Amino acid sequence: MTTATMTNTGVLDLSALSLREANETLQAATEGAFTIVNPGGRHAIACGLEHPVSVTIEGHTGYYCAGMNKNADVTIRGNAGTGLAENIMSGTVRVTGDASQAAGATGHGGLVVIEGNASARCGISMKGVDIVVGGNVGHMSAFMAQAGNLVVLGDAGEDLGDSIYEARLFVRGTVARLGTDCVEKEMRPEHLAFLADILKRAGMDADPRDFRRYGSARTLYHFKIDNAGAY
Amino acid sequence: MTDQSNPPPKAPPRTVPVKSATFDDVTLSEIRRAAATGIYDIRGGGAKRHLPHFDDLLFLGASMSRYPLEGYREKCGTEVVIGARHAKNPIILKTPITIAGMSFGSLSAQAKEALGRGANAAGTSTTTGDGGMTPEEREHSNLLVYQLLPSRYGMNPDDLRKADAIEVVVGQGAKPGGGGMLLGQKISERVAKMRTLPEGIDQRSACRHPDWTGPDDLEIKIQELREITGWRVPIYIKVGASRPYYDVALAVKAGADAVVLDGMQGGTAATQNVFIEHVGIPTLAAIRPAVQALKDLGMHRTVQLIVSGGIRNGADVAKALALGADAVSIGTAALVALGDNDPVWEDEYRALGTTAGAYDDWHEGNDPAGITTQNPALAARLDPVAAGRRLANYLNVMTLELQTIARACGKSHVLNLEPEDLVALTVEAAAMAGVPLAGTSWIPGRPD
Repeated sequence: MTTATMTNTGVLDLSALSLREANETLQAATEGAFTIVNPGGRHAIACGLEHPVSVTIEGHTGYYCAGMNKNADVTIRGNAGTGLAENIMSGTVRVTGDASQAAGATGHGGLVVIEGNASARCGISMKGVDIVVGGNVGHMSAFMAQAGNLVVLGDAGEDLGDSIYEARLFVRGTVARLGTDCVEKEMRPEHLAFLADILKRAGMDADPRDFRRYGSARTLYHFKIDNAGAY
Repeated sequence: MTDQSNPPPKAPPRTVPVKSATFDDVTLSEIRRAAATGIYDIRGGGAKRHLPHFDDLLFLGASMSRYPLEGYREKCGTEVVIGARHAKNPIILKTPITIAGMSFGSLSAQAKEALGRGANAAGTSTTTGDGGMTPEEREHSNLLVYQLLPSRYGMNPDDLRKADAIEVVVGQGAKPGGGGMLLGQKISERVAKMRTLPEGIDQRSACRHPDWTGPDDLEIKIQELREITGWRVPIYIKVGASRPYYDVALAVKAGADAVVLDGMQGGTAATQNVFIEHVGIPTLAAIRPAVQALKDLGMHRTVQLIVSGGIRNGADVAKALALGADAVSIGTAALVALGDNDPVWEDEYRALGTTAGAYDDWHEGNDPAGITTQNPALAARLDPVAAGRRLANYLNVMTLELQTIARACGKSHVLNLEPEDLVALTVEAAAMAGVPLAGTSWIPGRPD
């Protein structure tokens, strides 16, 4: 990649271009705005972006859309398949519809906004990313979540935050069942302030006082045989 | 004076005390340890029990019916290309002996540097581990394979693009189907930061990847990795040896450029002893089914097979290649070459309740040799330049041994070694390797 600015603004039609051609164009651009049409549920669209480009995808995407994103802002006007924005480092990825399982998995930073629902394992092994879900999240969401914030405006499925480390979980609706070592925690002023800020950034209209906070009880941080039933 | 006609009574003859083969001393000690501590035994390394292995095979040198090559004069090639199936920039190894994945965290920074230095000198590759890529190991390894593990600790696209190859780790031979645990005493400030975890806590590694399930998903995952890296670098899939025929076939289906097949003698940084010794199959038993899968798919020598688990010398390498592998990986042996389990530290091993050659509590971080530790004082004992030189020497010796055997079998390249060059010393090895029992034409399980 050269350091020279490569600006482009245009429409990438995936019914005419190969995925490689489209991704090469996006990855090479250092700024600009692009629209992808006819995504047709293809996998790995707009993955590996490094620069502050803006990408709008008109339609549904397959697996790993915007995977490992850095700096770019990617919006999917539709639904997203498995592993949306997996391992995101920075930037913003937004889905106007629903997201399949493992959305935001292992993400290190940035913001993932799912305006609809997210399926199972949303935020699995998250490492610093902020994820905001307008609807519900499926079972085992935030499994082994290490750092970052998962904000759910709807309900959470079973085993939320199982084996969680230091990530923070905020749920406005019901939690079907908390996972092992995940407990409800006090909502302090700094948490309310954080929620107000991230909800604003995510474009979500909700009152922070309606949320409850969950996190790690930290009983699994050191192996103890008396905890064997929890493993 | 003794009355000879009435000698004092003698104790009757007694049977020598017999210890049970089933409940031997090791078994008894483990029962007592488990009863006292309430926790299973965790250790490093691979299977220690006796297993059918490469020692159970012999080469048939050239004779009347075969023509050998002249040692030291006639060329015997060792260069191997890995990953030309899809990658624009395949890996070119000067010797088919690579360094297996071992993490910074489980190993000291000095040990990682030494591995890189040794591999560079020998013209081969090193591999990262669970914990990401350190700048030092990238700097000191000309050819660096970057592992994508279930934990994704330290995974980022910048390092992904710096890698010369990517290895998707599905499993490893010491624990097929198992995750990992790095105990808190090895989670230093730097290790914790790389893994985004609090310092000093036990760090669990998942056994399944977070964003794909099964080979159909993996095929898509590999497509993503190729898109992020511009289809430049090879992508390996590493599996622990358990069902090698199907695992290799599915890896090929998923789009792998190379398959790394790790037998149960392959080491781990830390796993339950019961897992290491009772799950998975020996390296010897895994190779032929894996090769058969590649042949059935028309992919032998197109998708490279890299075999690991108990490789110790050039003869082991030659036997793996003759059975159909394209290259091997070493981990435990490389650590020994650096200085692991060296008797020079015997007093300290004894203080730890063990002895040189048996030390396997790598997870505890007290390695006297300064290799499997994050203790700065211990790690400073390892001179990365000198240790790297030892590793290079060892790799060069293995390569020379490999060439010696290949020439004796009349091969101008080590990849020309073939099963026909081998016989087995035991019925078990003959059946596993699919070569005749020595002195016979009998391959157990094959029709005459």
